[in-house]
Order: sequence, then C-alpha cells, then structure tokens
Amino acid sequence: MSQWVRIGIKTRIKTTHYPAQAETAPGVSPGLPQGGAYAAADVSSLVNLCPTKAISPGLVKDSLIVDYRRCIHCFRCVHGATTPLRWEKGWQWAAGGQKCDGVASGPEGNRLGRVFARSVHIIVVDAGDCGACLNEVKQLNNPYYNMHRLGFFLTPTPRHADILLVVGPLTEHMRLPLLKTYEAMPTPKRVIAVGACALSGGVFGPSFISGAGVGQALPVDVQVPGHPPPPLAILHGLLVAVGRQTPATITSGAPVSLEATTR
Amino acid sequence: MNSSDLSQQMAQRWHDQVRMHTEPQRSCCEMECPAGLLPEIARWLFAELDYSFAGLIVEEDPAQWALRYEFHRAREDAPVQVLVRRALDEKTFPSISDCVHAADWHEREAEDMFGLLFEGHPRLGDFILHDDVWPEGVEPMRHQFNAQRSVPERRPNPHWRLRRIVQAPGAFAMPIGPVFSGLAESVHFQLETVGEDVIRCVPRLFYKYRGIEKIAEGRSPEDVLLLAERFCATSAFAHALSFSQAMETIGGVAPPPRARRLRVFLAELERLRHHVAALEGICESTALTVAASQMALLQEELLRLGGALTGHRYLFGLLTPGGLRCDLEDGACRRAIAATRDILRRLRQLEKMLQFSSSFLDRLEEVGVVGTKDARTHGLVGPVARASGVVRDLRKVLPYCDYEAFTFETPMESEGDGYARLRILFAEAAQSASIMQQAGAALCAGPVHTPCPSRPGAALGWVEAPRGAAFCWLRISEDGQVARYRLMPPSFANWHGLHLATENFAFQDFPIILATFDLSVAENDR
Ligand code: SF4
Repeated sequence: MSQWVRIGIKTRIKTTHYPAQAETAPGVSPGLPQGGAYAAADVSSLVNLCPTKAISPGLVKDSLIVDYRRCIHCFRCVHGATTPLRWEKGWQWAAGGQKCDGVASGPEGNRLGRVFARSVHIIVVDAGDCGACLNEVKQLNNPYYNMHRLGFFLTPTPRHADILLVVGPLTEHMRLPLLKTYEAMPTPKRVIAVGACALSGGVFGPSFISGAGVGQALPVDVQVPGHPPPPLAILHGLLVAVGRQTPATITSGAPVSLEATTR
Repeated sequence: MNSSDLSQQMAQRWHDQVRMHTEPQRSCCEMECPAGLLPEIARWLFAELDYSFAGLIVEEDPAQWALRYEFHRAREDAPVQVLVRRALDEKTFPSISDCVHAADWHEREAEDMFGLLFEGHPRLGDFILHDDVWPEGVEPMRHQFNAQRSVPERRPNPHWRLRRIVQAPGAFAMPIGPVFSGLAESVHFQLETVGEDVIRCVPRLFYKYRGIEKIAEGRSPEDVLLLAERFCATSAFAHALSFSQAMETIGGVAPPPRARRLRVFLAELERLRHHVAALEGICESTALTVAASQMALLQEELLRLGGALTGHRYLFGLLTPGGLRCDLEDGACRRAIAATRDILRRLRQLEKMLQFSSSFLDRLEEVGVVGTKDARTHGLVGPVARASGVVRDLRKVLPYCDYEAFTFETPMESEGDGYARLRILFAEAAQSASIMQQAGAALCAGPVHTPCPSRPGAALGWVEAPRGAAFCWLRISEDGQVARYRLMPPSFANWHGLHLATENFAFQDFPIILATFDLSVAENDR
C-alpha cells in the first residue's frame, strides 16, 4: 500500500490557482462566441447559420447578440462561416438568475449569506443530461480543480444541501424527483442551472417528453451557460452563488430575455 | 458465408416463402419473410449460424408496418436484415426473445412506443414511458403523434410500485434512486433481498428519456447530427460518426482519406478517454482514492488534449457527413500523440500497481460474473462482452474508416468477472493509443470534406463505440429530411444484461459491479 502514498506525494500539487490567478493551460475551456458589432453583410448569414437561434440581430444596426442560454457549441458560426464569429476563450460566464416567471432576479437577492461562504453543500440532480455536464461537475472533485479547497462539498442527500445544481433539459420523468429534491432541502437554498440544456432545453426541448430548461419548474438563481460548461465555469457559478465572484451577463452584445428571441 | 450461400440455404429450408434482396451499395442482405416464420428464421440465424442480434427497427410506412431485425456475424458475411411486413391494423407479431434474449428490450420498446404486441413475450408494460406518469394508450412513435405538443392530462400516481418478484418470508425491496449518491446519473434500482444478500436487482431506466428518435423525425440531417452528437457526450464522436456514415452510405460518397484517418484518430482518443474514466469509476467504487485521483488526472489531461486539439473537450462540432468540418494540423496531432504516449506510460504504471494491491483485487475477483453463454444469448457488447469471452469488435467484423489497415488485436478474457473487465479496459486503452499513433503516422495531405448530398433512401450506420457495438438506422425521405432515426446503442444491450451479474450478491459489491459494467444511462435513455 505504501506505493500509493508514494505516487500521491510524487505527483505534487496539480491544482489550478483559479480564482486567485487565471488558469492558462490549453484546453480548459471551449470558449464562447461574442456578440457586438459586425459587418452588415455578415449579420444575416451568421444569424441563419446558428441551428438553435442563439444568434440574433442586435438592437443597434450592424450588431449581433449571442444568447448563451441557447449556444450549444456546434462551432457552425466558426467552421462554416465566411467571417467567423469572434470567439473568446474565457470561462467566467455564470450569470444571475431568473424566477419561474422569467423575471430576472436582483443582483444581491439570490446570494447565500456570508455564513455559507466557506462551507456549502451541493446536491446534483441529473434531469436528463447527456453525461457531459455531469462529467464536468465530477471534474471539480479531481485534483486539478479540487473544489473542497474553496469550501464546496457534494452531498448525496437533499437534507444537507444548500445548493441544488441541476443539469439537463428536465425530462418529464425527472420532474417529480427534481421537485421532491428541492422541497426536501432546508432553506435558505439556491438553484444553479448548469449547461445550455438546463437553461433553454438545448437541442432536446421543448418537446412532448422534455422541457425547455429547469427554469420552468424551479426559480433559478445562477445560470451557467456552456455545452457543457467546463469545470472552471461551473466553479465560477458556485462562487457567484455565494457572492465571492461577480456574475457575468447571459447574453453577449445586449441583454435580451429568452422569450424575446423566437425559436 | 456470402449472401448467395445464405440464400441457397434459405431456399432449401423455406422454399419461396422467403425473398432475398442483396443491395451491394448498402452491403446488406435483406430477407423478407411472413411473420409466422420469423421466430424460426431468427433462431436459425442466431443459434445455428452464430449471428449476433444488433437490434429491431420498427418503421410505420403509410400502409403497413415494416419490422427489421438486424443480424451480423463476421467480416466475410454481409449483415442480414430480416424484414417482416404487416398491414397497419394488424399489430401483433411473434416474439423472438425466448431464443434471442437480446431482442427482449427491443420488443418491449416497440410495444411501448408503437403500441405493437409481441405474442409470447412474458413481460410487456412499464418500460420507456413510466406507468406512473403516462396514461395508457400513448404511442409516441406513431406518425400521428405530435412530438412538439405536450400530452395533456398527466397525473403522476404516487402509489404506483414496481413489480416485485422475490416472494419469501422476510423478503423486502430496497429502492435506490433516481436521485442518489452524489454524482450518479438518474436511474432507479430495486434490490430485492431477504437479509444480507441481494437476490436480484431490477434497474428501472428511462428517467432521462429525451425521445431523440421521435424529435429527429422531419428535421434536416444537419439538425439530427446535433442530436446524434449530443445524446451521449461520453461517446459523442462515435455516435456522430455512425450517423455520418449512414448519411454517406445513402448519399453514395466516401470521405477523403485524410478525413478517414483523422476520424480514426479522434475516435480512438475518445475511446482512450472513456476507458480512463471507466477505470477511474472502478477505482472509486472500491474506495481506492489515490488510484482514482490518478485516473482523474489522466482523464482531465485527455479532456484538455481534446480541447486543445479540436476546440471542444468532448469533440463536439467536428464531424459532418462527408468528412470533417475543419482540418487539424499535423503538428497538433503529433503533439497529441506524444502526450498520449506519456499518459499511456502512466496508465501502465497504475495498472501494475493495481495488480499488486490485493485489497483492490479482492473486491473485483469473482464479482459480478457473467458466463460466455449468457453473454452471447443476451447479446452483450463491448468490453463487458469481451471479458466474458465474446469478441465481436465492429472495427474487425464490419470495418469502416479503413480500420482494416491498422494492426491491433481485440483483447479477450474468459472469466467474466470484474477483474477481467478491468483488464480488458486497460488492454483496449493501450490499443487505442497505438491506433492513434498509426493513424497519425498515416496522415496524408488532402481535403477533409467531400459534399454529401441528402438523397432519399435508408441505410444502416455502425461504429464500435467505446462501450461496444453501436448501430443506427437512418431513413431520408423524398424531401431530404430525416424520416426515421433509430438508435441501437451499446448501453441498451448491456443494461439489459446487467441482471446476469447481479444475482445473489453481497450488497457492498453493488457499486463495484455497476462500475465494472461501465454503463451509461444517457446512452441508454437517448
Ligand atoms: S456555436 Fe453557439 S452561437 Fe455558434 S452557431 Fe453554434 S449554437 Fe450558434
């Protein structure tokens, strides 16, 4: 058994320094496309390229808005376009939430109090994800990200949980288990929706058997876009939920509500 | 046996009751037979000629049902499709699952989704559409069912219970899931026990059913490609590849050589990453945390490798019918190969250390044993089947993407226990790294895409996904849209066989058996 101790020590510390310092390793994040000013000729072609209607014309002339709730990382606005969309390799994407009725919640209202800042227990519910979001959440437990150092812990029971982290578009069969889990959690509690599917239904919903995101059933406090969001983005979401990082906006270009862009 | 030998034998047995068509372009031989003969023919192919059953494809033509039973065997033999047609109002078909156990869940699925009946099937009912959520008589896969509208009147029945089989004094059922244990996918287990030992375990799946096959209908192939790639991310590249290959067969195009090599390269990268993740799961289930952390490091490195190479950690957005959407640089591929070489070296070191950790081995050896005969009749696939002595690797049996040009051996073990499955995973991971090197060395200059038209027609697509043989059936209608996209993923076959490994076992072995079976719920629930 001593061999395991030895290999553990020999591996040294691999953990990222985020959030104290930026992480620069290649491949940690797929990045997200950027809205803003584009040439008039490109605007309509880029809008038509996007299969999920994540790209829409901006409110001012010759500009584009990218709705991150819908972006599914298909890269068609890059590989298929004459002028590709600008792309940025960040990961601090987590935005504030939406109540069930679609009204954005205030910037402060949804944070867990300071008492929770360094000991937060999370329950994860898989509401129909494809395995990617769940796997990326799982990576938070690996030595590269190690969320324990920031005071985040996974718990298998809702009774001990402060944060409900939901992945997947919310299938009809998972609706009841999800609601039961939410109800079983003590207050104060917060909901984080992780991934484009959990935010808008992604490529799956809405349909006869899958919803258009978790927001239809629960008030979502923090939205983490990405398909899947890389571990660092989810970590950013957790830090936003406890008020240790500032939230980003869910759209790039200008704010729009999910209902404003038609499917 | 080539198709003319097969048709001779068929003619001897059944005279002109069976009609054979061979379509060289689809490299598939189709036998049409009356419904009554189906069990006999299925038995003949499966039990006497040693064909494997790949799946059942149900199609609703305007006037009739067409049920296609897919069989395949060895490299020399074309895959065989047994076709049965019946008028739409005749909804009863004979069941073949008493001989071909692998057809069991396919028949249950057809019953649930199309409202067909399979005579002689012992257990139809609650399967994909959960009986406690859906009213009776919903048949979502029928054409008249609108995939976009939600079904009104759904009142979950809180008193509904899964059927229990074990009836003994003191017997009780332990429910687990669908929300359980930190980071597990949503699935429910009913463990029936009379005390210490669990007598049987019934998984209840499809909590995550997203109806991919239904929502694909009427969409453009480009849109369905997104679904193919995204219904199971841990083998996304494999499923997108099988879809693309079906499109290419229908369109009659072959992707350029460079694209084929790169596809092999990326498919093996995905397999390597998947196997490392599976090994991590096994280490975790036995509470060997240091080993699990080491595997987790390797997995993250492979994810980053994919991210740096293709832009996406799970290789999304790269495949397209006709080739790849963008080219990869030779230099980047060489760097990736160098990185995998290092990863493989560390994986080998971990393998050696695990082989000397007796407390770890004790928990895997003779746990969750599946015998060769069971593995064969239940149609298990992939590493799980190979650990039980059933080697059918589609890369060898029905080669695609020029896999025949690479040298590799499909590993095989015969014990069928957890340890055998672990060894298979290690051996295959090493092989994937070696195929990556060969594919990288064979990269030639040239384009990576040829246009692939969306012609009307139907074809079978297949790949050896990380978890085993994955088939899909694709039909394109006259207007170029997808008319039917049937998925037959490996996890569907292996979940069906899980009960073989979970009979009379100690409760604490349950997570270990699950981890060594390496199942994906997302892939099964599609
Ligand atoms: S990458 Fe995102 S924004 Fe770009 S086309 Fe795909 S879904 Fe639309």
